[in-house]
Amino acid sequence: MMSPHVILRVVSKVLIPLIIVYGFYVHFHGEYSPGGGFQAGVVLASAIILYALIFGLDEARKVFPPYWARVGMALGGFIYASVGFVSLMMGGKFLEYAVLHPDVSHGTGQHIGIIAVEIGVLTTVTCVMIAIFYAFAGRTPEISDEDW
Amino acid sequence: MTVGQFLPAALAAHAPVLLVAIPLILSAPAAALKSGRTAWGLAMAGSVAAFLFAIELFLATRGDAPGISYALGNWEPPVGIEFRVDGLNAALLLLLTASAVLALLFALPSVEDEIDKDKRSLFYSAFLVVFAGLAGVATTGDAFNLFVFLEISSIPTYALIAMGAGQDRRALTSSFNYLVMGTIGATFFVIGVGFLYMATGTLNMADLAARLSELHGNRVVEIGFAFILVGLGLKAALFPLHLWLPGAYAYAPSFVTTFLAATATKVAFYGIIRFSFDVFSVENGFVLNSFTYVITPLAIAGMIIASAQALFQSDVRRLLAYSSVAQVGYMMLGLGIGTQAGVAAGVLHLINHAMMKGALFMALGAFAISYGVRRIENFKGLGQALPVTSAAFTLGALSLIGVPFTVGFVSKFYLIQAALQKGWAFAVVAILISSVLAVFYCYRVLVNLWVAPRPDGASRSVQRVPYMILGPLLVLALMNLVFGVYAEPIVNMAETAAAAAFNAGVAP
Repeated sequence: MMSPHVILRVVSKVLIPLIIVYGFYVHFHGEYSPGGGFQAGVVLASAIILYALIFGLDEARKVFPPYWARVGMALGGFIYASVGFVSLMMGGKFLEYAVLHPDVSHGTGQHIGIIAVEIGVLTTVTCVMIAIFYAFAGRTPEISDEDW
Repeated sequence: MTVGQFLPAALAAHAPVLLVAIPLILSAPAAALKSGRTAWGLAMAGSVAAFLFAIELFLATRGDAPGISYALGNWEPPVGIEFRVDGLNAALLLLLTASAVLALLFALPSVEDEIDKDKRSLFYSAFLVVFAGLAGVATTGDAFNLFVFLEISSIPTYALIAMGAGQDRRALTSSFNYLVMGTIGATFFVIGVGFLYMATGTLNMADLAARLSELHGNRVVEIGFAFILVGLGLKAALFPLHLWLPGAYAYAPSFVTTFLAATATKVAFYGIIRFSFDVFSVENGFVLNSFTYVITPLAIAGMIIASAQALFQSDVRRLLAYSSVAQVGYMMLGLGIGTQAGVAAGVLHLINHAMMKGALFMALGAFAISYGVRRIENFKGLGQALPVTSAAFTLGALSLIGVPFTVGFVSKFYLIQAALQKGWAFAVVAILISSVLAVFYCYRVLVNLWVAPRPDGASRSVQRVPYMILGPLLVLALMNLVFGVYAEPIVNMAETAAAAAFNAGVAP
């Protein structure tokens, strides 16, 4: 079936990869500049949401199944908390990033810790945003307009 | 710091944080699972682990032992977030984790009866988050962190209450009601913390306590205290702020009601004690005046008005919910007295109330599973059909009234003693009036349960109550009796807690 919105489809096909790359840029630059997992997660989710707006909800569900969103939400929290447990097992206190790497003077452990934690945040925020969008978009009205 | 009394030292050294972190991390796999039973197993594992850590912490903070401090991420307090356990919150953690374990035993049959199959794993996941949040509120030594944990525990609570919609659609409005009021409460709390931060420049509770002692009469600090008191009072269902509670308790799934009734308001109440007597102190005239002239009248009004409202309820869960509001009044009265004996009586009633309401709501859950009854008139003649469950319910009700040899009597006795020491005869009169009202509303249920004959149309078949329910129900009911006769351990626990609340303002 040919969609009438040719321009929208072409432009969004160009834009979606850019949005995703920009999302990862915001994520990995979060240590040095404004950004981080939370903002990057929203940007990544907006790529999927744009896809759903242009190509329809069913197509988007094929690209990113709702079950992934559910698992991803849990996985992100799990990653965050596991960083805490890993630092416990490496002999530090809960969430003590410094023990993650022996190079203390450059704070390498802190870098590793914060990036690992932010990956957890990114996963959860992306999946929560998509899940919220699916929940609203997939909602069937309880009373259809003809029943009034 | 004494560690490793009960668990291996390597684990015990991290007990404060593991108590919170283990349920929290287990909630993630529970949410991703499809099987409700496996999720239940995870919830149980998390609660049992937390219970073991709570025992360890309780043993380590007994008597005059100093509080245990744990610096998260090894950032030293007061800059970093600190988890701090002393006699006051160790008692609360023990209560919280024990209630969670007992309630979860009851959950397996009850949830299979009430919750859709595909929602069960999410249900247990939400429970684990609530549990971790409540444990976090009880452990943290940082005022802002307390707000975060308060929200972590509240948001899944709204979802859990709304899951009662499968049984009764009114759960949705009740949950929304609670969401709005709970959010207002949390906002008030955080505004109050903001004021304190403005005046002192710190968020660590011990540090706050030290700096606030130099700021007597500062208006910003006083406003901060008022906001915190109202915010936590909303969460604790202090009398005029209790409007969310009856609906939430009446329409939530049975397991959620049982767990929340035993823990949620208690944790908010702990927050009030922590802020009023530890962070602030009664030597501060403003704090003492707000307790004497605001909290005490409200507590007494709550005890009497909520008990009277309970008289007119036809839904037994609503009746018990109003009775909970009245019981919060007793605890608040203990605080209103403002002495160490008063706070000890308040904490004692907090622990005892968890036992009685736990038993009562669990028994109601058993009735709901076997006969699907919730309204008073449908309880007619069930005493013969389910003698053990009915006996457990009766024990809980007697304890609620405060009959001698039950825990309800012990805490009312200590409360009256504390009131008389202060010379407050009117408080004693209020306690007696409220107890008489309790006799009437319990009588309405009990007379239907035992005396009224089973109506002719009702089915004669006897429905069995699963052992998974009978077990924890009997444990809770007998605890009402055992600790009513042999009250010493609980009384000691409450007195240690009150002493910790009063002395912790001094440098540790």
